Amino acid sequence: MSIKQHRTIRDIPLEESLTAGTMLCAGCGGVLLVRILEKMLGPAVVTVNAAGCMSMISVYPYTPFKSSWFYVAMPSAPAAAQGIRDALDILIEKKRISREQDLKVLVVTGDGAAADIGLQSTSGALHRKLDFYYLVYDNEAYSNTGFQASGSSPYGSNTKTTSPGSMAPQGLSLDKKDLFEIWRAHRPPYIATVSPAHIADMMQKIETASQFRGPKLFIALSPCPPGWSIDSDKVIRVSKMAVETGVWPLKEAIDGRVKHTVMMRSNRRPLEEYLRMQGRFEHLFEPVLQENVLKELQKKVDDYWASVSG
Amino acid sequence: MTFEKELLTGNAAVATAVRLAGVEYIPAYPITPQTEIIELLSKWIDEGKMQSRIVLMDSEHSMMSAAGAAAVTGVRTFTASSSQGLLYAFEMLYNVAGWRAPIVLANVSRALAAPITLEPDHNDVLSARGSGFIQIHCETCQEVIDSILMAYRIAEDGRVRLPAIVNLDGFYLSYTREPVQVPDQKLVEEFLPEYSPPEGYICASNPMSVASAVLDGRAYSYFKYQMHLASLNALEVHERAASDFERLFGRKYGLAEEFMLQDADYVLVTTNSFSTMAKAAAVDLRKAGKKVGILRIRMVRPFPRAAIARMLAGKKGVAVFDQNISVGSGGILYPEILAALYHQSDRPKRILSFIGGLGGKRLSSAEFRHMLSAVASEAEQDYLHMQSVLLFTDQDWGSVKGMLRIAGKAVPEETKEDAH
Ligand SMILES: Cc1ncc(C[n+]2csc(CCOP(=O)(O)OP(=O)(O)O)c2C)c(N)n1
Ligand code: SF4
Repeated sequence: MSIKQHRTIRDIPLEESLTAGTMLCAGCGGVLLVRILEKMLGPAVVTVNAAGCMSMISVYPYTPFKSSWFYVAMPSAPAAAQGIRDALDILIEKKRISREQDLKVLVVTGDGAAADIGLQSTSGALHRKLDFYYLVYDNEAYSNTGFQASGSSPYGSNTKTTSPGSMAPQGLSLDKKDLFEIWRAHRPPYIATVSPAHIADMMQKIETASQFRGPKLFIALSPCPPGWSIDSDKVIRVSKMAVETGVWPLKEAIDGRVKHTVMMRSNRRPLEEYLRMQGRFEHLFEPVLQENVLKELQKKVDDYWASVSG
Repeated sequence: MTFEKELLTGNAAVATAVRLAGVEYIPAYPITPQTEIIELLSKWIDEGKMQSRIVLMDSEHSMMSAAGAAAVTGVRTFTASSSQGLLYAFEMLYNVAGWRAPIVLANVSRALAAPITLEPDHNDVLSARGSGFIQIHCETCQEVIDSILMAYRIAEDGRVRLPAIVNLDGFYLSYTREPVQVPDQKLVEEFLPEYSPPEGYICASNPMSVASAVLDGRAYSYFKYQMHLASLNALEVHERAASDFERLFGRKYGLAEEFMLQDADYVLVTTNSFSTMAKAAAVDLRKAGKKVGILRIRMVRPFPRAAIARMLAGKKGVAVFDQNISVGSGGILYPEILAALYHQSDRPKRILSFIGGLGGKRLSSAEFRHMLSAVASEAEQDYLHMQSVLLFTDQDWGSVKGMLRIAGKAVPEETKEDAH
């Protein structure tokens, strides 16, 4: 089957699905990715959202969407997506709506909802092979509540609940959950990681995903200017650095087989360059250089790429 | 007109009503004692006896999310739970009500952990009383089947548009077979037409925003109060549904049931299946010349305050039997009855509060007679205080003392005034 090719940002559809004027922070990586995904999926979509920053996209009486929006509680957006998908199928089956009236069901949650409180309902939806799209905008913390550590926060990061101090100079002492592998263990037809600095790559992945029935999952690196302490105009640069240092591998898994879409095995930049761009890692450099922590972080990235074949 | 008569358990009565109502979607999660409902429905669907879709969810929280979302999208939806399951879904109860999703949930009452038990009381369902769900509490299997049908009529009515709980006691009703007149399918369709949401189905040509955030207390107050008013509308809508139901099926239901109430001086207020025993005790006491009656509350949310006040106006004494306990306060329905009567100039002088049947603890008819006699005895002053009195017999206390000894715990010194 030949699918449409997306090579540059010139291929981004011009039609806007998410109009200007949301309440989110300027430069929010998450909203950028939601915008691209909504553009790609078009207006025949219902977006199911769990509590988090993206819940502030649609604030009564305004909505920036031409399409449908459904707010659910934080733990269960994939479960509500199940209800909507099933209901649409029943309505079509009973000819109460025509097939042309069908909607794509899209779940949008933060990493906290995805990796922690909503992991069970996500697992349930994957197990039931629910036909839906799921975008996790991974800002690596609970941002909406003020940037506390989530199961997706990286080792060594400074969050509001893992402040570096004399007892824990490195900040967070746990590793980031590997949501990609957690999802992959459920054998959905399609999973990918994406980044706001690689829009063509993301569009291509959405295009590929749309060929499959079942769960289509995207984990999107989503720099959060206030949480990461970066300027709004640095979001794309930081995202790019995440890919170039190899800390954010761009990959996809089709029927469980992993393929890296951008290879970073030998030509990686030092992780330090990525870390130095952000306030949440500042404590690793000042007032004293925490060399052992930096080494450990670099080793995690090196080990990852050493394990990548192909 | 001939009606089919069957011996049905309370659970089978629920399932039968769900089939008759033409429910299209059933997200499910197991919990005793409601499992039989879901097992029956899934069996009928598998055997082609019922056109519906059942989906096995990963928890009650997910189950409730799927149920509400499906109903908002536009299909008639049912689900069932009990006890811990209802509590696990609690966050979603408020959401589903806020979405104005007219699902019907059968709650098969079971007491709450800890300690864990399988037997019923009403702390599970009553904990949901502020959520926005309509609540109908049933005494018999016949009432269960009828109430599910009525619940859809009320929930889907444009003036209400709220989810509903039909409550039945675990074990006492869920597994008790009673003769039930199964309503005729054609008549059910006349009573309950196909579900069609007034704002249409969520689909490509009909985009909708459901439950967007409000950052304005005025908008929030507006929507919450709309739900409150819609819930109150259910009182009137129930009346209409009940009269249609009576015309088609010959059975009459009120917001509350009056049993020997008209000329009664003393009244016991009850809910649910234990009411049958209360009625028997009332009959006994009538024979002994005591003018007693029973008021069984059927609609618990919205609370039919005016109807109850009317029914209790001019009575000499009222005892409220609560099969629940709000820890630190007492019986839950007791203050609601007090509030209903407060503005009545001829309100009963004596309004007593009893708690019993916690965790399914059996009540003897003597205990019901005791409550009625306590309120009927002019001389008896013991219960004239604000505290709820726990019904706990000497035998009950005796067996607990035995258990305390086995558990190696100190048995509290016996006092002269053991509770009843
Ligand atoms: C059950 C529940 N617990 C806690 C919250 C509070 N809460 C609202 S948003 C949020 C953070 C969400 O974090 P994440 O999913 O990472 O999304 P982000 O805020 O980063 O957009 C939390 C904890 C909630 N809404 N519901
Ligand atoms: S706090 Fe972060 S994630 Fe939330 S809107 Fe702002 S930039 Fe986006």
